[in-house]
Amino acid sequence: MILSGHHKSSIIKFVISFGVFLAGTTVIFAQSQSGGADVDYREFPFFGSRIAIWAVGELHLMYAAFVLAVPMFALLIEFIGYKTGDKRYDKLAHELTSLLSVSFSFTATLGAILTFMLMILYPRFTSYLISIFDKTFWPYGLLFFAEAGFLYSYYYGWGKFSPRVHLLLGLGLNIVGTAIMFIANAWLAFMTSPSGIDEAGNLVSTWDAVNNYIWMPINIHRVIANICFGGAIAAAYAGFKFLGAKTKEEKAHYDWMGYVGNFIAISALLPLPFAGYWLGSEIYAFRAQMGMVLMGGAFSWLFIIQAVLIGMLFLGANYYLWLGMERIEGAEKYKKFVKYLLATITVCFVVWATPHSLVATVEEARKMGGAHHPVLGILGVMSAKNTAVNIMILTTYISFLLYRRGNKVATVSWAPLGHSAQFLIFAITIIFVIAIGVIGYFVEATVRIGLSVPQVISVLFAMTSVTIIDIFLFRNARIVGQIKWGEIPARAQYMLFFLAVTFTWLMGLMGYVRSGLRLHWHVYEVMKDTSVDAYTPTLGFASTVVSCIVIIFFVFIMFNFWLTGLLHKKDWEPNT
Amino acid sequence: MNYLIIPLVFFVLFIFYLISRSKRLSFTNPLFWVVAWWIAFYVILKNAILPPLPSSIIQMFMAIITIALFFYITADTQRLKEAIHPVIQFLVNRKFKLPLGLVIIIIPVLVAGKVYFGSQVKIVAPVFGRSIHPAPPTKINYQGKQLILNELENPYRHLETESPLDFQKHVEAGRKVYYNNCVFCHGDTLEGKGIFAHGLNPIPANFADVGTIAQLQESYVFWRVAKGAPDLPDESGPWSSAMPAWEKFLTEEEIWDVILFIYDFTGHNPRARVEHH
Repeated sequence: MILSGHHKSSIIKFVISFGVFLAGTTVIFAQSQSGGADVDYREFPFFGSRIAIWAVGELHLMYAAFVLAVPMFALLIEFIGYKTGDKRYDKLAHELTSLLSVSFSFTATLGAILTFMLMILYPRFTSYLISIFDKTFWPYGLLFFAEAGFLYSYYYGWGKFSPRVHLLLGLGLNIVGTAIMFIANAWLAFMTSPSGIDEAGNLVSTWDAVNNYIWMPINIHRVIANICFGGAIAAAYAGFKFLGAKTKEEKAHYDWMGYVGNFIAISALLPLPFAGYWLGSEIYAFRAQMGMVLMGGAFSWLFIIQAVLIGMLFLGANYYLWLGMERIEGAEKYKKFVKYLLATITVCFVVWATPHSLVATVEEARKMGGAHHPVLGILGVMSAKNTAVNIMILTTYISFLLYRRGNKVATVSWAPLGHSAQFLIFAITIIFVIAIGVIGYFVEATVRIGLSVPQVISVLFAMTSVTIIDIFLFRNARIVGQIKWGEIPARAQYMLFFLAVTFTWLMGLMGYVRSGLRLHWHVYEVMKDTSVDAYTPTLGFASTVVSCIVIIFFVFIMFNFWLTGLLHKKDWEPNT
Repeated sequence: MNYLIIPLVFFVLFIFYLISRSKRLSFTNPLFWVVAWWIAFYVILKNAILPPLPSSIIQMFMAIITIALFFYITADTQRLKEAIHPVIQFLVNRKFKLPLGLVIIIIPVLVAGKVYFGSQVKIVAPVFGRSIHPAPPTKINYQGKQLILNELENPYRHLETESPLDFQKHVEAGRKVYYNNCVFCHGDTLEGKGIFAHGLNPIPANFADVGTIAQLQESYVFWRVAKGAPDLPDESGPWSSAMPAWEKFLTEEEIWDVILFIYDFTGHNPRARVEHH
């Protein structure tokens, strides 16, 4: 069999990555066998061990999120292409998959470096974790191998197999990738909410250690967040290519790709707060102290930053949709609604970001009668915030709905009834969500937490039922104008960059919170951190570290994209 | 009276709107309206809400509003052109030479004024983002016995449903404890306005506020009352709290009674324990 240079280099990349991974795990096993725990900690030069492991761990996680997410929506897009026969989808899915090849090698290499660092810098802790999870490392390694097989056969086998076989390869890739993530999640979830061990910390049941309190919430939260993140990065890639596009066709293609990437990111963003809420409540249920640290104590101010960033994501996502209406002939009639949508999101954003305890001078605090403002305090609690985020989600959905019907006029006989039904569903849902929010002020805290469930269900119901009505409503609709892909202001592309950076930054910040809430424990209440870094850094310092990691990630990913782009460059020829 | 500012501001905006509709004034373009709305929001946030909002929160809200208004202008290319056009005209049209010169002088003067007045502020303690609910320890030592906070419950809470008369006796006992010991800082009405409150920083907790005891389990409140400031955790410090460790002055029963009283008086319920999956 003759392999092209590109194929060869990819296989070499994989062999090196897998070799590094295998070497890492082998040394760790050897370490655990020889009980190499004479030294508790070793120091990393210049930065110290904590920052070094923090940076490498976070970079590995960001790459892993991208590598796991892209196959999910690539498969979905390929499937849509297969069902509709539209070749554009197939091309898009292929292009998205092309981003994976180099990223996969980076993910594996960073994972191997992380493993080495854990082993070298934190030998006692690593030995302990191995003693708990040694049985999970073997399937992890084997699944990693299987993922490489699926990934490369999926990518290089594009157009080489029957569509069904190819889709099955994609499905295999996704199943294996998700399983890998679930195993790795068990290790870190155990550090926060250990189970399956006796009082001395010795293993009793591997399955119980895996299936610890926050394992499944983390799994679900990460799957959704990965899709969000992957979609945003793919959209930013498209935005980058759009700005550099030379031809109309190229611009049209990358405009469409950016739209699809952003659509995926925002679709996943809508349920993400609910998954995060579940994770938070499970942390609280495991140890109320941790809940306090998370939401009311040391990290509460990071949640304000998180709220601001999430508000910006919603604003930015809507802004992109509103700008996108400019490429749709006939969408002008909906522009008059934009200011109302914007006003609603802004009000919700303000409520969503209002802190529970305000930063105030002593003089200001005295005037308020405490750290809580008597008027603003009403907005600082979960009842107000849940209401705000649910309405923000509904508003974003309405923006999308208007965008979707921009160039269409419903022709079915029951169109007026359909529009009225949709309006009624929205109105009832909004009234219901607000009413539940108000009731939340008059009930006990645990009942209030429970009230978030009907709020979420009503919003999900509204979005599902309105979508179903919309599909039938606009079946055989009259098309009053074309979608002119590529005719969108450049500032929309910068918004795609902004969204990608914000998603990444948010991921880094909240990842820090999730890890940092253990405070001075490696494994909560089981193994204390006795290193020189056993203190919680200031939020400013943590934010700076996360920001630096985000910058490094984007430098790396740009390099990856550049490498991917080399495939389409002309061969080098000597000047004659 | 301050709340009247809100309708007043909107009334002024409405008058502007009516004038611009009838006279078709050239300056009432999107940029004018965005600036007008920005000023309107600032006036409301700064003056209409009592007690006054801390400056940190005004800054945050105004940042959000500024971004939203910026998006309003730029989300529509036509509107963006309409907004930018007068600015460009002002910069390039020679008939605006004099006002442009004035603007060029005024901007650095305003910046200099801001710096000057910014340096004239009186010396106050730095603003500190305090964690109101510090994370409690897993267990505490209380007069020789170890109490696990996750499992600790108010031993008299069950009387509320099982024996309301006995429950009321404990509440009354708690009332006496409160007015003999806590009232000096936390005040007659439990709003943190006791006679010593003016000398304390941070000021005493306001139990009537939904953000304090209503958010907490009784075991948490027991820990705070029993151990006071000396047992506050290292993280998120310095706490600078003046709360005494009441375990040295009160019995365990008295602490539980006073906890019953503060919930009873304020009408709040303690946070219940959450059962996980």
